Amino acid sequence: MNGLLAFVIILVLSFSSAEAGTSVSSDLKDLYFGEALYHAYQGEWFDAISRLDTEIPEYYRVDEPEKDTLHFHINQATFDVGDFELNYRMHQRAGRAIKSVIEGNVPEPVRNEAIYRLARMYFQKDRPEDALKAVNLVHGAVPEDVRPELVYLRANIDMVNGRNGEAALTLKDILSDKSMEGFSSYNMGIALIRDGKEQSGREYLDKAGRVEKSDEATLSIKDKANLVLGEKLMADKDYESAKSVLDRVRIDGPFSNRALLGSGWADAYRDHYESALVPWTILAERGTTDESTEEAMLALPYAYGKLGVYSKAAVLYDKAVQTFGKEIDRLNASITSVHEGKFLKALVREEIKQDPNWVIKLRELPESPETFYLLDLMASHDFQETLKNYLDLEELRKKIEVWSGDLMAFEDIIEKRKAYYQPLLPQIDKEFRQLDSKMRLRFMQRDLIEQRLKAMLTAPHPEYLATAAERTALDEVTRLEQKLSAGGKAVPADVAARIKRLRGVIRFGIYTEYDRRFTEAHRHLRDLNSDIARLKKAYISFVRARQAATQSYEGYNNIIRTLKSRIATAREKVMELMPKQGEILTNMAVSELSKRRDRITEYQTKAHFAMADSFDRTTRAQEKVTK
Amino acid sequence: MFFRQTSVIVAASMLMLSVTAYGQNITKEQMKGQDEQIQEIKGDVLSISADLNRLEEKLLYPSDTEVSVFVSLAGGETFRLDSVDVLLDNKPVARHIYSFKELEALKKSGVQRIYTGNIRTGDHELQFSYNGKTDSGSDLKKSEHYKVSKGVGPKIVEVSLAAQNITFKDR
Repeated sequence: MNGLLAFVIILVLSFSSAEAGTSVSSDLKDLYFGEALYHAYQGEWFDAISRLDTEIPEYYRVDEPEKDTLHFHINQATFDVGDFELNYRMHQRAGRAIKSVIEGNVPEPVRNEAIYRLARMYFQKDRPEDALKAVNLVHGAVPEDVRPELVYLRANIDMVNGRNGEAALTLKDILSDKSMEGFSSYNMGIALIRDGKEQSGREYLDKAGRVEKSDEATLSIKDKANLVLGEKLMADKDYESAKSVLDRVRIDGPFSNRALLGSGWADAYRDHYESALVPWTILAERGTTDESTEEAMLALPYAYGKLGVYSKAAVLYDKAVQTFGKEIDRLNASITSVHEGKFLKALVREEIKQDPNWVIKLRELPESPETFYLLDLMASHDFQETLKNYLDLEELRKKIEVWSGDLMAFEDIIEKRKAYYQPLLPQIDKEFRQLDSKMRLRFMQRDLIEQRLKAMLTAPHPEYLATAAERTALDEVTRLEQKLSAGGKAVPADVAARIKRLRGVIRFGIYTEYDRRFTEAHRHLRDLNSDIARLKKAYISFVRARQAATQSYEGYNNIIRTLKSRIATAREKVMELMPKQGEILTNMAVSELSKRRDRITEYQTKAHFAMADSFDRTTRAQEKVTK
Repeated sequence: MFFRQTSVIVAASMLMLSVTAYGQNITKEQMKGQDEQIQEIKGDVLSISADLNRLEEKLLYPSDTEVSVFVSLAGGETFRLDSVDVLLDNKPVARHIYSFKELEALKKSGVQRIYTGNIRTGDHELQFSYNGKTDSGSDLKKSEHYKVSKGVGPKIVEVSLAAQNITFKDR
């Protein structure tokens, strides 16, 4: 099994525990893993991946990885790095790893989960056929916690491939799953309608539109269901029902503009123009730049006109003409500005991105009016992905610039260290060699003492423990004795007796003190041992420091040279890709802004005619009153 | 799964139903090709980054002098952390003011490496202080000392912050 495969098996095996990734605080054993999470929780995917890309290979490199603190999190870490890659839009890298699992010899649930992940990735990358092929590979046991999401994904894949009947059948399995409430009903409704089962489909949409949950995602799908159903009822001219469904859409949700516009039309088509004024007034006063608001600016005076209040209608049409005119001017200025490259410059302004609401802040930049429309442009998935990639490239460019500077600083550090240590080391080494031989001699002496003391345990040698004074005295006695007997002379008996007594006195002391001295000798040996230990520690510390001195400047040249070359290549690639990405973004923005300008121009023309008509009617009404 | 993917799937499915063409100069294939090249360069730069991390550690923070200080929030803490100050042997070595995102990341169990530096083997004094606000909005200030015993290997100290105390842990 290759490394990649092993990596993803762990990745997939740890799937079930992955959600615990948000609650590791009390059990966190590896702080560097915690650091990766710290970056990930802030959406700093590059830093999060980079941290784990550094730590995980280190873990596998050490001899006993089970002693590494990352061992406690290795499954989750390898899982998370895959997820971070997906969030960083590195689908290829994550995809290659997943495919290795599928092709490997792994248990069925692991394989199926890997297939699920692959299919999900294809689906997100707008590759519905590949997603369908992948999801069809699932056979047999599926991990319990993945099952609802797999079913939901399969249904979505079926739908984008036009297999709506199959999607509806699939969705039946998860209709009762609370975690999918709202989403499953909505998709069921859409699948049935597309499959020609209009009535049943609408019932599911209605069900999705009545879900009682308060999380933002469910509330959004609920709004969406009500909007779709309401618009269908409008198309059927069932305005009363349409109105009641559209009014279920939250007034501050992402679909509220379209719902308010529709709600007004549901009234207007029933000639309830007074009622229509309510949603349309709210909408017309929102001052946003979306299509519904712009349409409401025309619909509102239209309702007043129908109510016979022509003067108010004329005033509102005039207001619409002015507003549209300003909007067209701003759009023209925006298109010019985008062409001039100001848009791209504004997007990468660092000080703006420090603000969490930078997209909104960008709207206030006077020198680049096009940024006002960024929020609307961001509504497009393609634009969002393209923009994110552009910003990612800009982030890479900045990193590369910083790293180039870092490497130069590193080279500087290395040079300075070399200049400092190299002249010092020969003299230090010479002195160390002398000290080293002295130390070795002392170590040998200590070992000899230990051996003797050990031997004395079984064969006592009191004379070994004689004091220096005793030795000198004994030597003196012996010297006297030799002197007296020199030349074969006989030592007088009384002198011999005195010598014997003297020797006896000294030996008496040596023998009677033996036990005490032996104990003391052991104590001294222990003291010596601790001194030797300190000496050895200092010795090791010196050896380490000596090695560190050399290592602080030797062996970096190749690494730095290679990194410099890799950085230069990366810089070249980034600088090649950025303008292309910028061009795509520019084209997208210009295309969107031009479409908007054309639409508003059309609205402005309509407003002009309607205003003229309203003035005519006002005049005629006044003439009628005068007559 | 690190983040729940359902909403992503829904969003994607809605969007796929209304694919938009932007300008005549860009085809879907070109965009895909560009995307793939961007993925490749991301991989290259990530690999450089990992190698640089290793080089930096070896060159700037060799294990016999390396010391790192990490900050975490004690489990279940809800107080608002505003800033921290780190002093090592009475010298200020790190100071940080927290953004909303950083604070949220700490609350979700992320750990911030606040300082990495070099010290000699032996004992050193670490002083850690923080400023913040309690849940009720009153000021919160804490400061604690800790003896850091640096040996031959890298020294890692975790500082866990709670409204009541600061806890140090050798890791």
